[in-house]
Amino acid sequence: MSTGFITGVRGGVVATFDAAEVSILRSLVTQVLGLVEPGATGDDPLERALGIGSAEAPSDPVLARLFPAAYEDQGEAAEFRRYTEATLRDAKRADAQTMLETAQPGRLELSDDQAQAWLRSLNDIRLALGVRLEVTEEIHEEIAGMSQDDPRYPAYVTYDWLTYLQDTLVRALW
Amino acid sequence: MGSTAPVEVERPSTDVRPDLPWLTIVWNDPVNLMSYVTYVFQTVFGYPRAKAEKLMMDVHHKGRAVVASGTREEMERDVQILHSYGLWATVQRDSA
Repeated sequence: MSTGFITGVRGGVVATFDAAEVSILRSLVTQVLGLVEPGATGDDPLERALGIGSAEAPSDPVLARLFPAAYEDQGEAAEFRRYTEATLRDAKRADAQTMLETAQPGRLELSDDQAQAWLRSLNDIRLALGVRLEVTEEIHEEIAGMSQDDPRYPAYVTYDWLTYLQDTLVRALW
Repeated sequence: MGSTAPVEVERPSTDVRPDLPWLTIVWNDPVNLMSYVTYVFQTVFGYPRAKAEKLMMDVHHKGRAVVASGTREEMERDVQILHSYGLWATVQRDSA
């Protein structure tokens, strides 16, 4: 299993993945790309140019977590969302696309910019899985006490591996 | 008959700070890692590691922390960047 990321000698970060690990990463980031559709803006050319989109909060709980309300007040939250969510969607898609294009088996070298994209994208994947699996802060202990026959076991182990991977990436970038 | 002398208008004293009335709040969640949250505070706000770590611990233990204050526009920009990193952040007016 991958030992995670380390700081590259010539800057950036380095990791080694086997084919199965890359396949998991690509599959998960593809799912995020499927979920986070491009920022939808109105038909008005000016609105499109300014990235003005929908003011409505997403109903899917994963999308609601990826695009949280910025204000407690619903009206203010809607106004903020209208002016920012389309841009945020495009940024998350660009990060996911970078991860999809660079993930490969064997030795992987990422530039600082690519590493930042991986960092945010790994976190988006973990947020998505975290919402679906309803993880708590005791997730690590839960997995340790979980039977391998538990139907949730494979997904939880994947989540735990992504957590480990992200933690090594943070420490490699520090 | 009313006085024609100019009325002394009581001016707002220094406790009113119209320049800094807005806050960026980060809320605790079970997914974001302690190391990651600290790193994001350092990267986004340029805070030294010790300050970033203290704010992260406040979020972790108290459920939320004020991570920045300034104009509404500045706080909205901060929140947008924090959302790009997947942190759960909100803007609110400083009620203190």
